Amino acid sequence: MPLLDIKNLSVEFTTRAGTFRAVDGIDLTVDEGEVVGIVGESGSGKSVTSLAVMGLLGSNGRIVADRMMFGGTDLLTLAPSKRRKITGKDIAMVFQEPMTSLNPCFTVGFQIMETLRVHEGLSGKALRHRAIALLEQVGIPAPETRLSAFPHQLSGGMSQRVMIAIAIACNPRLLVADEPTTALDVTIQKQILDLLVRLQKERGMALILITHDMGVVAETAQRVAVMYAGQVAETRPVADLFARPRHPYTGALLDALPERALGKRRLPTIPGMVPGIADRPAGCLFGPRCRFATDRCRAERPALTDVDNGLARCFFPLPDGHLGAEGAIQ
Amino acid sequence: MTSTTQTTTDSPVVLEAHNLRKHYAVKRGVFKPMATVKALDGVSFQLQAGRTLAVVGESGCGKSTLARSVTMIEPPSSGELHYDGRTVLGRSAAELKELRRTVQMVFQNPYGSLNPRKTVGSILTEPLVINTDMPKDERRARAVAMMGKVGLRPDQVDRYPHMFSGGQRQRIAIARALMLNPRVVVADEPVSALDVSIQAQVLNLMMDLQEELNLAYLFISHDLSVVRHIADAIMVMYLGKPVEHGAKDVVFNRPRHPYTRILLAATPRVNPALRVERVIPKGELPSPLNPPPGCSFHKRCPFATDRCAAEVPALRPVDDRLVACHHAEQMT
Repeated sequence: MPLLDIKNLSVEFTTRAGTFRAVDGIDLTVDEGEVVGIVGESGSGKSVTSLAVMGLLGSNGRIVADRMMFGGTDLLTLAPSKRRKITGKDIAMVFQEPMTSLNPCFTVGFQIMETLRVHEGLSGKALRHRAIALLEQVGIPAPETRLSAFPHQLSGGMSQRVMIAIAIACNPRLLVADEPTTALDVTIQKQILDLLVRLQKERGMALILITHDMGVVAETAQRVAVMYAGQVAETRPVADLFARPRHPYTGALLDALPERALGKRRLPTIPGMVPGIADRPAGCLFGPRCRFATDRCRAERPALTDVDNGLARCFFPLPDGHLGAEGAIQ
Repeated sequence: MTSTTQTTTDSPVVLEAHNLRKHYAVKRGVFKPMATVKALDGVSFQLQAGRTLAVVGESGCGKSTLARSVTMIEPPSSGELHYDGRTVLGRSAAELKELRRTVQMVFQNPYGSLNPRKTVGSILTEPLVINTDMPKDERRARAVAMMGKVGLRPDQVDRYPHMFSGGQRQRIAIARALMLNPRVVVADEPVSALDVSIQAQVLNLMMDLQEELNLAYLFISHDLSVVRHIADAIMVMYLGKPVEHGAKDVVFNRPRHPYTRILLAATPRVNPALRVERVIPKGELPSPLNPPPGCSFHKRCPFATDRCAAEVPALRPVDDRLVACHHAEQMT
């Protein structure tokens, strides 16, 4: 049984312009100790998915799902008081902006110890020792002295290490990292990713890595879900997906990467824009931007169907990961 | 400037900087003396028409300060700057106003760099109002023509920035920079706020415009894959100084400075064949208020020796590029 098992999850927001469906029927499973990457462009619903898993959506967000199980517990019917015992303990999260997700009014030590106090009931010396050990594990030099530091005294990379220390404080079984390195420089990004992977291996944690950076996913995750307009377009093992994308959106997205266009001057682009609240097409959501769209794609919504080692939401999956002459993959 | 980074083409040099420095005085407290931050500490380069020089480095390396100094938004503290062969520093305000038209800038965040209370039309015509005595009709005609050039529809001329997507806004910012027919466009992280597919569109646009108008780009970026795609020459900066500077293929294929090698290795790659396993240094950029003695990179450098801690390496030609490392010869 997977650790996290989500079936047909939708998240709707009530806005003045009407109901907006940010996440539209996604399935997501994460096994014990697995690293799953979720990639997508802005507005594809990847962050909202993670907030729904964490139970951190605002009051105007409405969750509908057929199933949302975490380690045998049904998250849909769980009372909020019990949910709070899981959030931050068994499922923990690292947010995108390390500089703004720490509370500037409290010391680093206080913020780490708060988690341990609430979830594990530690106090006194034991609490302090655990906090120091955690800072040490995430690679912060001189952890004893850092406990009394305020967030503004830390660099971005150090703040993100503290965020990770807080997240792993109670030995979570699932860590959700939402763009954990987007605000950081490349060398610091590499340090943080290495740290996350090391902790994930040491502790046998499952990790959901949400990012817009294809390279980060390709180097870190085992399985990838590509999201488009609130839906999963394709989900496959990482090597397969990057070598032979089967959904035209995945293929087009990969082709737009400068890394894959060596030798070519012009980068292949995707025409048009992600559909918004008012212009969602009746058929395939990617249809209006897809070079291969047929009448069937314009009329019918494709379901996720089996392709090699995974699923793709397309009537006509790319046969061998090729977009054809114009957007050939080298 | 030594001849090692000169390209063989004979197109004219439109932007030249020699030993540019920008130092800021910083207060450290009431009773402490003022400290100096050397945000830019001796940068020289030449940029030819129709070419792209990319400046790469991590936050705090001085790449944005370089952009601001070169465009005279914040005049450099010392050094020499030439636009189109004409000296810039020490000119009167009137002469400077005229000179500034040669070099224009595109900023990083298209959500912050466009005035939300102005229409696209007035954003685009503003440079003409300030710098020319063109009649109103002609200004508007020029704005509409420029919109077509950057891929916006003429009927969008009376819209406000919030009605556009991020990629479209960056097109507006590029159009604004081109209104005065500059020779050089300084682009400070022009695509880093954009999604991959939009990024590709904007990069294509920039390359098309470069070809059409023979523009020179000073392209500031932290993304090495983008730089590799668009640049002709590369300057890698660390703590206000260039550490490696040369033609793109030379620097990317045979990096000679340990920092360049580490940057390349740290860049995440989609293609497993392109990944390089190298030890990523511990620690972070040192404080520019208190840079280490000797080579500013030596505390993070896996190859550092005693000499690196004592002696500042000079930027010198090695193997077709300029590099500031005592051990550049051994880096193969």
